[in-house]
Amino acid sequence: MSLRNTLHADRRALSRFLSRVENQRDSVAAQLAELYHAASDSIVIGVTGPPGSGKSALVTALTKLLRERDLKVAIVAVDPTSPFSGGAILGDRIRMRELAGDDGVFIRSMASRGQLGGLAWRTQDIARVLAAAGFERVIVETVGAGQSEVDIVNLAHTTLVVQAPGAGDDVQAIKAGILEAADILVVNKGDLPGAERLLSALKTMLEMGHPTKTADDEALWMPPVIAASALKSTGIEELARAIDAHVRHLQSHGLQNVHQRNQLRAEFMAKLRESVLRRVIDSTTDDELAGIIERATKQRIEPQQAVDRFLDSFEIHRKRH
Amino acid sequence: MSSQPIRILIAKPGLDGHDRGAKVIARGLRDAGMEVIYTGLRQTPAMIAESALQEDVALVGLSILSGSHMTLAPAVREAMDQLGLQDIPLVLGGIVPDGDQRQLLSASVAAVFGPGASLDEIVTAIRGLTAPSEDERP
Repeated sequence: MSLRNTLHADRRALSRFLSRVENQRDSVAAQLAELYHAASDSIVIGVTGPPGSGKSALVTALTKLLRERDLKVAIVAVDPTSPFSGGAILGDRIRMRELAGDDGVFIRSMASRGQLGGLAWRTQDIARVLAAAGFERVIVETVGAGQSEVDIVNLAHTTLVVQAPGAGDDVQAIKAGILEAADILVVNKGDLPGAERLLSALKTMLEMGHPTKTADDEALWMPPVIAASALKSTGIEELARAIDAHVRHLQSHGLQNVHQRNQLRAEFMAKLRESVLRRVIDSTTDDELAGIIERATKQRIEPQQAVDRFLDSFEIHRKRH
Repeated sequence: MSSQPIRILIAKPGLDGHDRGAKVIARGLRDAGMEVIYTGLRQTPAMIAESALQEDVALVGLSILSGSHMTLAPAVREAMDQLGLQDIPLVLGGIVPDGDQRQLLSASVAAVFGPGASLDEIVTAIRGLTAPSEDERP
């Protein structure tokens, strides 16, 4: 049985494979390369927004609707790792209780493990494995994100930015960052006071950003702003239609290739940084590193200089061998 | 490279809504460097087993304060076994009389922690129960 078929048929094999991807990626590098091509039919939906904006509840409501359409859905939910202990509490399943008992849904929680972009190192790989395992929609929920955690746009075909009323004035809406990441803006908790104002502030912000949209700007996507209440299940249908429309937009304008290229560039750079760093660290012992820090502290060497000297010596060292 | 964090599922089966204990434990395990998946209240044994499978955890911890541990703990064990999770240990926290403890320890659970158990004790026990054995990796 091919790896892909195994992952389709055996949920435990899938789950254990995901752990290996997360923990010992090198040991499954060949398998990931094999799965890379099989993953291409799935649509990856990113969901980001501040903590408490209702991302998990919205993901649950959206998943229920996608299941009515008979699409298999995988959810990857990322929560933050404590920078102090390295531990994490992954609590997104609490809101996803209603999805239990459905074989067409697979939920995996991930800790961010020190990554700052709102995802974990391996989220891209994990999403790809789930896509290859036959999930037609893969929903990736980021950690509660503020203004700069926008890695999700490089991963997802369609990125939803979820906002809830009651957080900040409308200048927040024109600050740089997370709102620019949105293909679709969702005002969640639409039943709470302030939802109307937030809705109009976001619409105004978008119109300011796209003042000159004309008929020939067909390829320009104007993010819709959707009022929803995950709790009361309103606006979810409209949200699903907006996601469909965005995916069709990508397809009909050949933007999927652009998206693919951007995604590949981002992933390439991220993996390059990781690999280079790891090779440097792996070829240096803890004692050597401690020695460098010790010298830099005693001689009051400016940190950038310390790094440059270290890298220089590393270059020479490598050439000699 | 440092070793990977231990992944644990903490679940509350049954109908009791007293989740303070479960949250204190989850937080304590987080502070001990573990990744704790917390499922929330009122989980059925089948839901807990399925979560354990999807999350590929090294251990499942139940918090039961309703007195129904003699029904719920074996039911969770059975649901996990049905999914082929015999290798994942189950531990129990709550108020469990000695006689019940002995019976549970002989059949369905690997450890029972009462109200007097310290976090250190629990962390040490979990580390022991989840120490990796080479043949378990696929």
